[in-house]
Amino acid sequence: MIPEIGQFAMILALLLAVAQSFFGIAGPWRGNARWIQAVYPAVAGQFVMLGLAFGCLVWSLVHNDFTVKLVAGHSNTALPVYFRVAAAWGNHEGSLLFWVFVLSVWTLTVAAFANSLPRPFVARVLGVLGIISVGFLLFSLATSNPFERLPPGMPDGVDLNPVLQDFGLTIHPPMLYVGYVGFSVAFAFACAAMIEGKLDQTWARWTRPWTTVAWMFLTVGIALGAWWAYYELGWGGYWAWDPVENSILMPWLLGTALIHSLSVTDKRGLFKSWTLLLAIMTFSFCLLATFMVRSGVLVSVHSFAADPTRGIFILTFLALTIGGALTLYLWRAPLLRSEAGFDVVSRESFILFNNILLVISTAVVFGGTMAPIFVDLAGLGTMSVGPPYFNVMFLLPIFPLLALVSAGTFARWKRGNLGESRKRILSTLTLATVLGLAVMLGFYGDRSLLGPLGVILGLWIIASALVDPIDRWRRGLSVSPAVLGMTLAHIGLGILTTGITVMESDKLQRDVALAPGEQVQLGDYTFKFQGTEDVDGPNYEAVRAKIEVLYKGRPDSILLPERRNYWVQQQSLAEAALGVSWSRDLLATMGESVGGGVWSMRLQVRPLMRLLWLGSALMALGGLLATLDKRYRRVRAVATEPAQTTLTVQP
Amino acid sequence: MTPSQKRRLYMVLGILVGVGVATTFALQAFKSGIGFKAPTEVVAGAVQQDKRFQLGGMVKKGSVQRVPGTLEVRFVVTDFQNDVPVVYRGVLPDLFKEASGVTTNGRLDASGVFQADEVLAKHDENYMPPAVGRALKKGESRLEPPASPAPQQ
Repeated sequence: MIPEIGQFAMILALLLAVAQSFFGIAGPWRGNARWIQAVYPAVAGQFVMLGLAFGCLVWSLVHNDFTVKLVAGHSNTALPVYFRVAAAWGNHEGSLLFWVFVLSVWTLTVAAFANSLPRPFVARVLGVLGIISVGFLLFSLATSNPFERLPPGMPDGVDLNPVLQDFGLTIHPPMLYVGYVGFSVAFAFACAAMIEGKLDQTWARWTRPWTTVAWMFLTVGIALGAWWAYYELGWGGYWAWDPVENSILMPWLLGTALIHSLSVTDKRGLFKSWTLLLAIMTFSFCLLATFMVRSGVLVSVHSFAADPTRGIFILTFLALTIGGALTLYLWRAPLLRSEAGFDVVSRESFILFNNILLVISTAVVFGGTMAPIFVDLAGLGTMSVGPPYFNVMFLLPIFPLLALVSAGTFARWKRGNLGESRKRILSTLTLATVLGLAVMLGFYGDRSLLGPLGVILGLWIIASALVDPIDRWRRGLSVSPAVLGMTLAHIGLGILTTGITVMESDKLQRDVALAPGEQVQLGDYTFKFQGTEDVDGPNYEAVRAKIEVLYKGRPDSILLPERRNYWVQQQSLAEAALGVSWSRDLLATMGESVGGGVWSMRLQVRPLMRLLWLGSALMALGGLLATLDKRYRRVRAVATEPAQTTLTVQP
Repeated sequence: MTPSQKRRLYMVLGILVGVGVATTFALQAFKSGIGFKAPTEVVAGAVQQDKRFQLGGMVKKGSVQRVPGTLEVRFVVTDFQNDVPVVYRGVLPDLFKEASGVTTNGRLDASGVFQADEVLAKHDENYMPPAVGRALKKGESRLEPPASPAPQQ
């Protein structure tokens, strides 16, 4: 019964989405105030229906209703309740329902918090969001119904894939979804502005907080994915240039460009049509990401589906949405002129270069991700593009980008004068160079070229980000949340850069076969294998190894990696053991027994690994702080707190 | 030129540059990517010695042999028509199993043994890399079918 209610709610939601798009687009066009008014109940109703539908799915999972195909395929009575809830988005059908549900939450938030903007404009925004919702609901109902029944039912389910049974993964997809569905708001704002043929600085000010919040969630989502891969897959990898990871990185890069270009449109009224194009492209890449993950075009951990009809549906939808928006753009963008100009060394031009480099890095990722698909389609055989390409090509635009972040911090709006900022540029760069060389050559003994260069760039970003806020603070001036947010995000980027560089340059790794009592040396660390014992978990049995780690001969920590056998799925998985501190991560992963009590193992020492997570967290926090700025609230005369959007949005 | 013509010119130039840059990267990716070969192609001599490539297929049933107490493992990759012996020294991924799909990166040595430096097994049991699937499909009509595939979800 419950699954049927869920199914019915989805159909009602589709009808409401149709009404929402119709009234949202036709109302302002006809100037019909009653139609415009009708958009709001449709938005609210759709949210309630999708909430109900998603609730029904969760209910079916929690109550082990194995007559539902999705539940039988992805859950099990032995599975802990919170993983049963997480199973709702750990598969193709459920994640799609979750996608539209998140969209309805964003739509409702826009409707609730944008009440000081002109009504016809908001109606158009909601109308565009409605069209996206119609597309996804049709897709879900026609090709991937989450409530499909399994006629005879099953006594017990197949269980959730063991690698997905993890806390990181219960929150990684929701964060990503909230992030990339969130860019639909910027997209809808862009479409509404183009339909009206009017785009002023207020438009940019309305769009900024929404975009920044979406970017923040995407940042958190990507970082959580990397973190999950790092400790759950357990082999030390956090970013593999997997096609699905790439497909999520592309909207993040473009979204980052969009945030910066929006700031220019907001402050100076420039880059209008470029900002619109970026808003369209960012969301297009979010849709492309959905397409790439869901169509089965790509081979990866993340591909739940391999059904061509689904692929064709999404591709058609993608072509209609992107094609429609780009047509609208070509038709309307020439109306949007920017009158003001700017100097070569102004902040505007730094942001322009930031945008160009971010777009180029997106092109690098796009080229590498799509090349195998095109080669395959052209019948030239099968190939794979991996880290050798990305690790080299991606750095080409990224190194100059990182250098420009520091230099750009000192540039002023509109007028350029390199002279006054030269002193600051030179002093921060000197500081960063001395510190960077000291750390890399002195402490880590690094002899490479890229290692010190990356660390110097990272430290330079941190140093230059701090100059302006410290200066203001010393002169007794207040620092606005927007500036503080930007500073924090840039410091986060600097920390991330430093962390990745040091970790990648100086990590140690060895695959070994160890018998109890034997030991291995990695740098200053000694790993002593002391033996194994058997342990039992809720839905698995495991062998646990005990490894004592000594640092320069002194006891440092005990690592307890496990090799688990999940008995429902008959799958054997390594559960890595981590020894974490600020200076380094120690990692021990068990391979398999190779006879005579000897085990194959991978042992690793990864310096400054924590900085990756700290840097990402600071970037996200910076985004959150920036949306709290009073400027955005002043635009909305009525009491609206953009910051609350983040609270409402969390599922 | 009028300003609007100039705008259009810049736009077209911008698009051309963008397409050019993307194509360059795609070509670069194509050059640095490594090709996928099935055992039949390898046996037929489709690969040069010492050129790195990706070998994919099934791990032949009963072919996995270990040198006790070391990391060295030998197995045979098959597409049910031809076999290629593989040597690997390292920790095998979690999902590596006999009669299950596998892709390995490495080089062919003078004696026709594939020296693998990387072994990849898929994370989703129900999922077969398309390339491996296709390679197997070509071969399986002749010989025994692969061990019963996992039930579709």
